[in-house]
Amino acid sequence: MAPPGNRRPGYSRKAQYGLFFGYVAAVTGAFIALLLLAAAIFDPQGFGALRGVVSDATAPVSSAGRGAARGAGSLGERIAAYIDAGSKNRALNAEVEENRTALIEARAIAYENARLKRMLRLVEQKPEPIVSARLVSSSASSSRRFAILNAGRTNGVAVGQPVRAPEGLIGRVEAVGGSTARVMLLTDGGMVIPVRRADDGLPAISTGTGDGGLDIRPLTTGANPFKPGDVLVTSGTGGVYAPNIPVAIITRVSGDGATGRPLANPGRIDFAIVEPPFQPEAAAPAPTPPVAP
Amino acid sequence: MTRIIAMDASPLTMSLRARMVPIVSTMLASMLPLAPVVSTAPLVPPAGLLMLLGWRLLRPELWPVWVALPFGLFDDLFSGQPLGSAMLTWTLAFIGIDLCDRWLVWRDYWQEWFIAASCIAFCTIAAFLIAISTGGGGYILIIVPLLFASILLFPLAARLCATLDRWRLMR
Repeated sequence: MAPPGNRRPGYSRKAQYGLFFGYVAAVTGAFIALLLLAAAIFDPQGFGALRGVVSDATAPVSSAGRGAARGAGSLGERIAAYIDAGSKNRALNAEVEENRTALIEARAIAYENARLKRMLRLVEQKPEPIVSARLVSSSASSSRRFAILNAGRTNGVAVGQPVRAPEGLIGRVEAVGGSTARVMLLTDGGMVIPVRRADDGLPAISTGTGDGGLDIRPLTTGANPFKPGDVLVTSGTGGVYAPNIPVAIITRVSGDGATGRPLANPGRIDFAIVEPPFQPEAAAPAPTPPVAP
Repeated sequence: MTRIIAMDASPLTMSLRARMVPIVSTMLASMLPLAPVVSTAPLVPPAGLLMLLGWRLLRPELWPVWVALPFGLFDDLFSGQPLGSAMLTWTLAFIGIDLCDRWLVWRDYWQEWFIAASCIAFCTIAAFLIAISTGGGGYILIIVPLLFASILLFPLAARLCATLDRWRLMR
């Protein structure tokens, strides 16, 4: 076997200079990259405009194949649905009977709720959705969890708006381009959501783990209050997310916290709905105090 | 190994196809995150890095050492990492490979895989630490499956580079 060609330039002075220049350029470039990273530490949303241009240009490629990919992904589930169809049918029928009574009770409670709210003269504003669009691709090779939404500034999307699906919360808009936006999913490690237990309003904090799960910490002291199967909804604290959006179901209890699974799987939803921030004044960064003369 | 076709000394005298195939194949691999899949865990290996290492180890004389900078910048635009992440880690990996080339005159298959595995491990772990320090989070365990998958996939990338290499130098 012949030795592979290498960069040793031999005695050619010109080639030696070329090699030296290559190293100087590489080290200089590495320093520039380090400066870019330092800028990203202080301003994680920097260069959003550049990324926006790139995702605007490439979103048609991703969205064209999205339907096919979703079809292929659900093929296995369709086949699996036929296995054990008889016993599943029996179990589902029993469940429907149970749910029917629960549904009637829920209707009565909803009516009573509306009546009590009228008595209190409590006015609740439901936010009008800004736009609904598809999630077309994601940062699948990075440890961050971002997805590209197929709607951008021209559709009224702005940074900080919550994104949800009918099943539950998806995440928050992190950067906007002309016709696309980047959404930080709720499973990202930097995503902190104030939640509460749906049954009794126990407050907790949900943080993404980066691998599709959520780390849930209760805000109370004492014994771990969670048990598997607990459903968590947003509490509305902080003003970004409207209250009562479903967030997660608890799968495992460990130590003083719990591990949850998001109720809306971003990989399988049809449409993501962008909503305005629950209380825009609270969600906006605090204004800088005027300088005293 | 005899099937590796000899390459002209200067890349400037090669045909357009011979010059563009390595560049285009690496850039296409960097665009893999555009695949229409919304994943909830890091699942897709860093294909751009694998192809770049494949070309670098197959043809050390093909590119100067600073070539990792533009490729890294291109990869950062698609990967979701902060800008500069792949620029920095890939360039450091390339300088490391150049140092290895000074020590080793001959490289066999296993040494090549070991060098590539070290570079992949360095770049993946460094990218995770960069993601944490720029607003991300999570435990380092989440990248371990991806790390092993990438290392095991490297021979495939090297094979692909070799096949493309034969095609681009064919007359």
